[in-house]
Amino acid sequence: MSKNTAEVVIIGGGISGCATAYYLAKLGVTDIVVIEKDFLASGSTGRCGAGVRQQWGLKMNVLLSKESIKAYETLNEELDTGLDIEFKQEGYLMLAYTEKMVEQYKKNVALQKALGIEVELITSEEAKEIVPYLNTEGLLAATFCPTDGHINPFITTNSYAEAARRLGVRILTFTEVTGIDVEKGRVVAVETTKGKIFTNKVLNAAGGYSREVAAMAGVKLPTHPERHQILVTEAVAPVQGPMVISLHHGIYCQQAPHGSFIMGFGDPNELKEHVITSTWHFLEEMAAKILPLLPPLAELRVVRQWAGLYNMSPDAQPILGEVPQLQGFYNAVGFSGHGFMLGPVTGRLMAELISGRQPHMDISPLSLERFEKGELLREPSVV
Amino acid sequence: MEDKDTIICRCEDLTREDVRKLIAAGYTTLEEIKRISRCGMGPCQGRTCLQLLVREIAEMTGKDPAEIAPAKTRPPVKGIKLGTLEKGREDHE
Repeated sequence: MSKNTAEVVIIGGGISGCATAYYLAKLGVTDIVVIEKDFLASGSTGRCGAGVRQQWGLKMNVLLSKESIKAYETLNEELDTGLDIEFKQEGYLMLAYTEKMVEQYKKNVALQKALGIEVELITSEEAKEIVPYLNTEGLLAATFCPTDGHINPFITTNSYAEAARRLGVRILTFTEVTGIDVEKGRVVAVETTKGKIFTNKVLNAAGGYSREVAAMAGVKLPTHPERHQILVTEAVAPVQGPMVISLHHGIYCQQAPHGSFIMGFGDPNELKEHVITSTWHFLEEMAAKILPLLPPLAELRVVRQWAGLYNMSPDAQPILGEVPQLQGFYNAVGFSGHGFMLGPVTGRLMAELISGRQPHMDISPLSLERFEKGELLREPSVV
Repeated sequence: MEDKDTIICRCEDLTREDVRKLIAAGYTTLEEIKRISRCGMGPCQGRTCLQLLVREIAEMTGKDPAEIAPAKTRPPVKGIKLGTLEKGREDHE
C-alpha cells in the first residue's frame, strides 16, 4: 500500500460506499480509501432487482427516494464518466387486490402527491392500458407513478467510483477488512488484507455484512442478512414499460431496457444467513406466481438465476449516522432491500455528516438509537 | 481482420475492440467485464465468449490464462420457459 493513512475509510464498494466517496470528494474531502473485498457492486447492489420507486407509505421514504430519483435523472451528466446508467423511467404499477390495500394506497397517493410526486390511483381498466397483457381478474385498483423505473446497478456504481477516482479517491478492490482498531472511544485504524490504514473516520457501508463489520469495532448492530432470489429471461423487444408490483402476491417484474425480464418475490421462509446460492424451488414458485398475472411471459426462457442479501433492520428502514458511543464510526446500513434506489441521497447525507456539516434533511429518525428508544418506523409498502 | 470487426460475444454483439477497451480501463476479471458489458450473459450462457475473453485478458495483462478466475456459473444450464417451470411444479404437487 502506497500510503497508510486516510481522512476517511469507507468499507464496502457498493452503491452506498461509492456514492458517499464521490459526494465527500465533491465537498473537498478527497483523502478517502474505499475498501471492497471483491469487485465493485459484487454484493447486494449488483444482485438487486434494479428498480427505483417513490411510491412509499412513509414520508421519510418518499422524500429520500424522490431526491434520489431526481439525482439519477441527471447522473450521467453530473458524473461525466462516459458511462450510461441506463435509466428507463417508465414507471411502477402497483396492484391492489383487497379493500384494505386500496385504502392504504389511497393514503399513500395522498401523501405522495402532497410531497410533489406525480402519481395516481387508477382503475384496473387503466392499468390494462399501461400493461395490455396484464390479467386484471380480481384487481381492484392500482397506483402508477411514471417517474419511477429501472437503473443499471453495476454501471451506476462503477460510474460513481470512476468519478470519485477522478477527484482523488483511492479504491481498493479485492481487499478485505480484517479488523477495526479503537482507542479511548474513537476509531484509529482499519486493518485489511493489504495492510493497515490509520484513520479517524470509518463508514460501514458493507451491505449484507454490516453486522459483522460493526462487530469488528465492538458495535452491535441489529441487522441481519436475508437471502432474496431473482431470475432473468432472454431479451425480447420492448413490451412492458413499468415495473409491475403486487404486494398481495409479494412479486415484482420489470423489463430492463436491454429487453430481458427481471423478477423476484418475497419469501417469508428465506434463509436469514450468509447464503447466496439459488434454488430450483424459487424458479417454480416464481413461474407459478407471475404467470397468472402476466400470462404471455410463459413463452420466455429463464437464462439465469441468482441471489443476494437484503440487509434487514428491525423496522425494514435504513440506519444512518454516527454511532454515539464510538466517535468516527458511521453506518449506512440496514436498507432492507432498498439501498440501491436510495444511493444518491445516502451518499449526499453521509458525505454531509462525515465532513461535519448539518445534513440537508432531518435523518435523526433513522438513527441507531431508535431501536433502544422503541421509536420504530413502519413502512406499509414493502416486498 | 480488425478488432472492431471481430465479434467476441455474439449474444451481446461485443467486438474485440469493445472488450479490449474495458480491459485497458481496468476491468481485468471475467466477473467485472461480464457485469459492465453483459459479455457472457446472453442465451448461450457465456459458452463461446468467456473462453475468448480469458485469452484477451491474458494477452493484455500478461497473466497466464490459468491464473484468470472463471466466471461464476449460474443455473439453469440451458434456458427454460417460464411456462415449462410452472407445469413442472404442477406435476410434482
